[in-house]
Amino acid sequence: MEEKVKDIGTDEQQEYIINIGPQHPSTHGVMRLVVSLKGETVKNVEPHLGYIHRGIEKMCESLTYPQIIHLTDRMDYLAAHMNNEVVCLAVEKALEIEIPDRVKVIRTLMSELTRIQSHELFWASYGMDLGGQTCYFYGLRDREMVLDIFEETTGGRMIVSYNCPGGVMYDLHPNFQKRVKEFLKHFRKVLPEYDDILTNNVIFHERTVGIGPLSLKDAISYGITGPSGRASGFSCDVRKHEPYSAYDRVNFNEVLYTEGDAFHRYLARVEEMRESMNIIDQLIDNIPEGPYAVKMKPVIKLPEGEYYQRVETPRGELGVFIISDGNKTPYRVHFRTPNFANLSVLNHLVKGFKIADLISIFGSFDYVIPDIDR
Amino acid sequence: MDKIQLAEFIKSLDSDLEVKEGKQYTEVTVPPSKIHSLASQLREKEEALFDFLDCITGVDYGHDLGVIYHLRSTKYQHMVVIKSRTTDRENPLFDSVSDIWETANLHEREAFDLLGIKFANHPDLRRLFLNSSWGFPLRKDYVDNDMITW
Amino acid sequence: MLTSFGIINYLSAQSVPWWKVFYDFTSLTKNIDAGLHNAMSPFWTIMTEMVIIGVLFLLFYAVVGLFLVYAERKVCAFIQNRLGPNRVGPFGIFQTVADLIKLLFKELIPIKNADHFLFNLAPYFVIIVNFMVLAAIPYALGLHAIDLNIGIFYVIAVSSMSVIGVLLAGWSSNSKYSLLGAMRSGAQIVSYELSVGLALATVVILAGSMQLSVIIEAQRTGWFIFKGHIPAVIAFVIYIIAGTAETNRGPFDLAEAESELTAGYHTEYSGIKFAFFYLAEFINMFIVASIAATVFFGGWMPLHFGADNGFNRIMDFIPPVIWFFAKTFFLIWVIMLFKWTFPRLRIDQLLTLEWKYLLPINIVNLLIMAFIVLMGWHF
Repeated sequence: MEEKVKDIGTDEQQEYIINIGPQHPSTHGVMRLVVSLKGETVKNVEPHLGYIHRGIEKMCESLTYPQIIHLTDRMDYLAAHMNNEVVCLAVEKALEIEIPDRVKVIRTLMSELTRIQSHELFWASYGMDLGGQTCYFYGLRDREMVLDIFEETTGGRMIVSYNCPGGVMYDLHPNFQKRVKEFLKHFRKVLPEYDDILTNNVIFHERTVGIGPLSLKDAISYGITGPSGRASGFSCDVRKHEPYSAYDRVNFNEVLYTEGDAFHRYLARVEEMRESMNIIDQLIDNIPEGPYAVKMKPVIKLPEGEYYQRVETPRGELGVFIISDGNKTPYRVHFRTPNFANLSVLNHLVKGFKIADLISIFGSFDYVIPDIDR
Repeated sequence: MDKIQLAEFIKSLDSDLEVKEGKQYTEVTVPPSKIHSLASQLREKEEALFDFLDCITGVDYGHDLGVIYHLRSTKYQHMVVIKSRTTDRENPLFDSVSDIWETANLHEREAFDLLGIKFANHPDLRRLFLNSSWGFPLRKDYVDNDMITW
Repeated sequence: MLTSFGIINYLSAQSVPWWKVFYDFTSLTKNIDAGLHNAMSPFWTIMTEMVIIGVLFLLFYAVVGLFLVYAERKVCAFIQNRLGPNRVGPFGIFQTVADLIKLLFKELIPIKNADHFLFNLAPYFVIIVNFMVLAAIPYALGLHAIDLNIGIFYVIAVSSMSVIGVLLAGWSSNSKYSLLGAMRSGAQIVSYELSVGLALATVVILAGSMQLSVIIEAQRTGWFIFKGHIPAVIAFVIYIIAGTAETNRGPFDLAEAESELTAGYHTEYSGIKFAFFYLAEFINMFIVASIAATVFFGGWMPLHFGADNGFNRIMDFIPPVIWFFAKTFFLIWVIMLFKWTFPRLRIDQLLTLEWKYLLPINIVNLLIMAFIVLMGWHF
């Protein structure tokens, strides 16, 4: 990536340039942050991207629609199921196929489980970023239960590739209901423990309350969606505004706060875990019977036109924009990834805070770098 | 307001526009030099209030290069698609909207990086993912470097 | 050789049963001293004694350091719901030895633009300071290398010299990360020394003397943390917090474990020199815990309540050496728990904690303690 001309401020005093990354401790990914400091205060943060740019959009132009789905897994790997889902929904909407109820409920259940495990990993790595390294082990221990559930049904723990246009690839495993109920029971018991360790901890409050406040106007202008945006009061939940799959038949709250600092971004995610558990509770007992996929033509060709579909991932609103010219491969695919938009606000927020706060703010947005680079 | 009223309203903003109903949303085609004025009107006017920019997509149509904006209003929850094309492949220039929606900053840099589309008045237009000697991969006439052999 | 045989013969000729030694080491030390005097001139006796004590302390340093590194990993593992090292040796007790051998094999990378003399000198500062403090701690009745009449004052004064080692390490590494880390570390250590000193001064008021053996003797009828009720408990809490901060541990380890500053002031050190800093941190923790055990919990004095009674006699059954190490390791365990439970404090929050909260509380506490001692309201 091109280096910016070094005219960082007109201050005669020495500007300290510090390099953070590309390797990070805790699972953010490969991104380089070039931070210019004045003493302890951050004056400018410049992210250098492209370390994990794989050209997914270009590759999609030479692959068929079912093949694209396997690429999307690898964008935001913590929300792999939702990435698959968005492409499938776009294709199904374009072909105007009616999806059976069972498929909708399965997709919703898997989405919510994905959301829980992604927020758990956020909790684990946020605690570790701030120094409470034990949080990492506690969070991952519980996440393993969800990954085991995924593996039983789909064969993959993180990269599931479960959706396909028309439905899902395999039916649910017979143990699915039992395992999910066990998990919910265990997790409800354990979540107050999480609160004890971090949420109610004085040192954690010192590190996150009031740090990196994002106003509502800025959140809308910078395009911050997901829990990060909702913590600033931006009501952007796609599940509420444009319900897809089975979200129109479940009751849940959209978690909104107004302060918009790092603490409330954290809190929004923890509350969302609770809401996800409620959604699963409402659906797990009555999974409708029926086919788990609709018979599709062997070669899927979308009619000519442009299609835009969005879903709610744990990090925000994921959108896919497909321009089709009638062939079996799309003409242009563009992914509007949540992390890409969330990154743009980092420089604006960190100015004036200390370098230890940079870690706090960076962690509170919960970036997954492969999603930014695609 | 519903789709028809929205289409009427947008048509009334400027006579150069071409408004039609796409499969999903209202699509507006605008010449490259008028993007900024249309965008700021869509942002400010009470009837529209498009304050959320979903994404900016750069497209290579074969002969032309174009950009597509997906805009949404958080208040009315309606959406509109703005398209613009230029036949100039050497120096495609569109208006930058990064002063209207801050998120456009990174999106325009990405379009510049992958397609070579330039944006006027962009505060900091440089490549995002690739280094300066790389071509523009998303163009249809892009030839892969022979660094990678199958 | 001849002299050692002579000492052993001399010792075995005494009629003291061997296990009594653990209750009172003075007999053993006096006998060794007398034996040496018999065999050599006074000058050489003193020289030999110093060499013996030096070697013993080196061994102690090494063994305790090894043990503490292993203990940290096990404690950390148990908090995090996993097992910790359990392959090398039974229960993994030789893990640290394996690590040490690995560190010894590492290449000592010389930095081109670093100040070589200061770079190599820095670790020795912290180690020598540690030794000097270790010498003044009473480990058991009779096992006290130097019993200065200004015991506590000496300990505080000498331990504050370790900050020179830290600053030297950061400066001479010629790297901006090390320098940042060393500056932060230096500021932190210097600030928290105040709290440590004042907390210990509170106990000195209660004891009436700075000599460590007198302080322990004064706790024969009860530990100071019970005797000096409220101010002593406050002083203890402040001392533990300040002690953890001074050794750059626990929630105050911003200078070294920060995810963006690599490893702070000892970034550029490799191999055995890094091992020195690492060991020195653990021994520092041991020193903080042992001083706390000495002044607040009675050192080697068993738990007594009041004058000679049945309970005291039962407590006396356990040798003082075991009392001392039990108390010290319990406090070390508590300090280790701090590190693995809490997130880190930012450097300015750390310094705010010290200057705006701990110091005023400390001063007021000092006044309260002085008042209580004057009025005789302690036990």
